[in-house]
Amino acid sequence: MFKNLMSWIEYRMPFMEKMNLHVMQYPAPKNFNFWYFFGSLAMLVLVNQILTGIWLTMNFVPSAEGAFASVEYIMRDVEYGWLLRYMHSTGASAFFVVVYLHMLRGMMYGSYQKPRELLWIFGMLIFLVLMAEAFMGYLLPWGQMSFWGAQVIISIFGVIPVIGDDLTLWIRGDYVISGATLNRFFALHVIALPLVLVVLVFLHIIALHEVGSNNPDGIDVKRENNGEKIENNVSDKFTFHQYFTKGGKKIIVDAIPFHPYYTVKDIVGVVGFLFIFCFVIFFAPEGGGYFLEPPNFEPANPMKTPDHIAPVWYFTPFYAILRAVPDQLFGAIFMFLAILFLALLPWLDRCPVRSVRYRSTLHKANLVNFCISFVALGVLGVLPATPFYTLLAQIFSFTYFAYFGLLWFYSKNEKTKPLPVRLS
Amino acid sequence: MIKKLFTVLALVASSAAMAAGPTVPLDKAPIDLTDKESLQRGARIFQNYCLGCHQMEYQRYSRTFRDLGIPEDIGMETLGFTANKVGDHIKNAAPKADLANWFGAAPPDLTNVARVRGPDWLYTYMRSFYADPTRPFGVNNEVFPMVGMPHVLQELQGIPYKATETRLVDGVSTEVYVGIKTDGSGELSTEEYDSAMADLVNYLEYVGEPSKLESRSLGIKVLIFLGIFFIFAFLLKKEYWRDVH
Repeated sequence: MFKNLMSWIEYRMPFMEKMNLHVMQYPAPKNFNFWYFFGSLAMLVLVNQILTGIWLTMNFVPSAEGAFASVEYIMRDVEYGWLLRYMHSTGASAFFVVVYLHMLRGMMYGSYQKPRELLWIFGMLIFLVLMAEAFMGYLLPWGQMSFWGAQVIISIFGVIPVIGDDLTLWIRGDYVISGATLNRFFALHVIALPLVLVVLVFLHIIALHEVGSNNPDGIDVKRENNGEKIENNVSDKFTFHQYFTKGGKKIIVDAIPFHPYYTVKDIVGVVGFLFIFCFVIFFAPEGGGYFLEPPNFEPANPMKTPDHIAPVWYFTPFYAILRAVPDQLFGAIFMFLAILFLALLPWLDRCPVRSVRYRSTLHKANLVNFCISFVALGVLGVLPATPFYTLLAQIFSFTYFAYFGLLWFYSKNEKTKPLPVRLS
Repeated sequence: MIKKLFTVLALVASSAAMAAGPTVPLDKAPIDLTDKESLQRGARIFQNYCLGCHQMEYQRYSRTFRDLGIPEDIGMETLGFTANKVGDHIKNAAPKADLANWFGAAPPDLTNVARVRGPDWLYTYMRSFYADPTRPFGVNNEVFPMVGMPHVLQELQGIPYKATETRLVDGVSTEVYVGIKTDGSGELSTEEYDSAMADLVNYLEYVGEPSKLESRSLGIKVLIFLGIFFIFAFLLKKEYWRDVH
């Protein structure tokens, strides 16, 4: 009966064929480590955001008069409304945690290198849309920080010569942030950007499956089949989709089917992640004032500026770069470049070796430099801009950009270690 | 090099902690959300002394009654004097525009005040009024200088003043500020007043997040479930991966 149904479907739509191609017979390198959890976790958080978002939308009122009160209504009067809201607000921060770690993984193991440039570009586009999505979502509760944070970020566009003022007017739909801004941000946050995000995630995965997953050793698991017998090849035990073996022209080495091996492994990662995620949701939903900022429990008041406006933590590294540059226009340019350089990594890194495991000490030190700079800028971005902090932000902005400059310089003739023949 | 960077980072982090918050050291508010009697006493103080000017626009009487274990009929009789129905929000009938004129600023809504200011700030603030004849209502506040709010609880606390003592400092007798004391004209002793303020802040903390207790008890169950699930997930993974290793 079931078999008949499946073949009826298969005749009309290649369901099992595609499942085999992308899940059951997709070759994944056998040596994925801890860092490889964050891709599947990002998908999990995306689903969490979409589902909790749908239920929040059922009770949220997108108007300047009603937004704040409707969030309090969700928190107090809707059954488990507080849980939906905290899952969504904690999910926003969790999204950036996992995405930042996912990106760091890509940088460590050179996952952006040829032939994965397009995959990396799709990832960077996801990151950009995610930032827009988070920014617009943060306006919706219509608290003090929603309002003033949005004020600061939208004003960044105002520094663009000639069109700046008109551009900010166009974004806000008003001369100040108002109900008009809230309504359009709501529309973009719940429909437009999530659709773009889902499409980009789809393309990200299609691109991934075309070129195959990288791994901590950074060597290929698909090789030309020259008839040579490969010893102790775990892949011999499994069937992989002929799309990957190209009808025997390619041989798969040290890879295992994604399902069931990585599905059961990712479940372990998911449960570990959920443990931390739920701890925050149930015991510290404000995230120490970084996930939900205290002034945001006060309704937006255009007449009263908060003492200290800080964007939410996930924007602060870029915000610190913006503030570190004395000139506003150049500050905005550098902030943009900070993201653009990440997107250009496939072309800035000219080393033929991918993984940090087999690269020079200089590269390892440079990657540590990047991490320290990024975290330090993030810390500085939440602090007030005193002269001392501004100086520090300038130093760390310099070291942040130095990562890319140095990488381009040394990677061409880098002294690398010999690559292993097989995955460790 | 890396060690130096970490030192700088640690410095940045520690100075950040110091930069935040008001200049007056805050007393720790003895919050206990499970103490329903304290919450009930706090609710009574709020209804009697605060609700004249402040509101809890987003909190319903019915929610307060339910969570504090007050039967609705008794609640409506003893606390619900601004309510027509038990489902009403805790609001007053004070004219908003006049309030802003009288006090210089509209009294803020207090539903979320504990989440905006933090309980320690509130606890210290309520115990930091002092007589200051230069102010319109004759009082100022150490935690919130030049505050527009009069000392509504003066009948409970008495008239607080900044007390000084004559002490020998480096061989010179000097007037040293030793804190706020009261003239004893209030209905409550200092300890009783502090404890009443603890009740009030406890209630404000509860109203700021009425779901907190439910959240914690559900949270423990969820974490225990995930802990057990983790064991099974790990064993399942191990079993499958036998093929690979």
